[in-house]
Amino acid sequence: MGERIKNAAPGGVRRKTIPRRRTRGAPQRDGRQKERSANAVDLFSIIGPVMIGPSSSHTAGAVRLGRAARALLGEEPGEAEVVFYGSFARTGKGHGTDLAVVGGLLGMPMDDERIRDSFRLAEAAGLSVTFSRKIDGGGRHPNSMELRLTGKSGKKLSLSGSSVGGGNILVNRVDEYSVSFTGEYCTLAVFHRDEPGMVSRVTGALADSGVNIAQMRVSRADRGGDAIMLIETDQPVNRATAERIRALEGVTGAMAMDRL
Amino acid sequence: MRYADSLQKVLEALKPGERLSDFFLRQEAAVNGTTEEEVFRRMEENLKAMEEAAEKGLRPGLKSVSGLTGGDAFRVKAAGEAGKLPGGALLNGLMYRALAVAELNAAMGRVVAAPTAGSCGILPAVILTVGDAAGADRKARVMALVTAGGVGYVIARRASLSGAECGCQAECGSAAAMAAAAAAELAGGTPEMSVHACALALKNHLGLACDPVAGLVEVPCVKRNAFCASAALVAANLALAGVRSVIPADEVMDAMKAIGKMMPAAIRETAEGGLADTPTGRRLADGIFGRD
Repeated sequence: MGERIKNAAPGGVRRKTIPRRRTRGAPQRDGRQKERSANAVDLFSIIGPVMIGPSSSHTAGAVRLGRAARALLGEEPGEAEVVFYGSFARTGKGHGTDLAVVGGLLGMPMDDERIRDSFRLAEAAGLSVTFSRKIDGGGRHPNSMELRLTGKSGKKLSLSGSSVGGGNILVNRVDEYSVSFTGEYCTLAVFHRDEPGMVSRVTGALADSGVNIAQMRVSRADRGGDAIMLIETDQPVNRATAERIRALEGVTGAMAMDRL
Repeated sequence: MRYADSLQKVLEALKPGERLSDFFLRQEAAVNGTTEEEVFRRMEENLKAMEEAAEKGLRPGLKSVSGLTGGDAFRVKAAGEAGKLPGGALLNGLMYRALAVAELNAAMGRVVAAPTAGSCGILPAVILTVGDAAGADRKARVMALVTAGGVGYVIARRASLSGAECGCQAECGSAAAMAAAAAAELAGGTPEMSVHACALALKNHLGLACDPVAGLVEVPCVKRNAFCASAALVAANLALAGVRSVIPADEVMDAMKAIGKMMPAAIRETAEGGLADTPTGRRLADGIFGRD
């Protein structure tokens, strides 16, 4: 299992560094170089986010992880298994982490005042959720969870991620693929066969619709098997483009997610 | 010229007659490829959310998920208005607004992290209360938030805003510093006065531990918001009177970071030391979470 950047023929895969928001709370654990221009200012990383409390890491971040799983599933979830690790397991109850992740699974934004009521709303929506807690998180970030969803159609999706502080998240696994995205950008997830030309076809479709790629990663489970592209874009990917990508030869699924 | 990690350099980069808020608004728009109108509009949404939180948090029956906090904002406002408290309306307003927003946060209400959820009551309390006292209009209050955001950004770049990294001096201390700078501007002070206010406020919170009972953002966090809001007012008053911080703001930030590194993990948001480790603290934690 591994991940690498593929070079696509037209224009190549562009990788840009963009001033990233400062994360508060536990230090960033993904080892990524955070480059900022000398005079970059980001007022809204300091004043904001607007969120449901009490904790940007244990509440707001948990909502976003639920949102990420729902967006990648691409349909209404009917069942969810949630595993809390580390600090999520130890203090999640007092921080409303369980209420928060269910709110996210229902598609609520981080500042939705209905999050307090999410269990009742989940029941009304036909979503059943089970929780388990593992205080020993292994090597995981102290605020980590795993989500296993079953959609109303029977479709399944699993996701692992962490809440790294300030309401920011890092998703590190989608199904069997190792990934790394934050939901700060519009993100396109393309499930596809691992074969030559795939990246070129997908990025070509994006280029045709005027969408600029901020960051991109490809990850596969086995060579020549199935793979996933996670593409973070400067502009949203509209429905027509997502449909076009979904219909490409070799693509088995595509989900265009707004900023989480 | 690099200035995003130095308030001294920010002062040197100001155009003649420019306030800190004008400068940060200009920079935010230019660097992020947007307009000053859009930045103002977004910041006004934050002000609106803060105003709503300060109102909603006054509910008498407000209670946090754990039951540890809630209802004190109402209590303090009522006692102040009944003339029972020395300190006058200004202090009372700072206190009950800070408590209201912090209690609302603990009760899973809607707040603005500024810079964090644990410190979310400080800036609203200062902007709204000092804004009223200074007769500041809406535009001035939004611009004061811009100043606070800019000052906070410099602290984030140069030092830290994270309780886990540097203790509560980084969260509530920084919020107080941001609010002090904003208050000085609201009251008609110069940019230099805002920077002195920031330094004075941050200095007062050096060494402040993050030792939350049961690991929740409640004890001592909620009431600390009231203390830090009043500290911001003291710092602004000193600066407006011409009092200068002997140690410059940038060096105070460096000291804060250095002290943070010296602080043991037990008092850096791990709920292992200090108040979290008192007999009452442990008993409360067991009561909320059950024994592991």
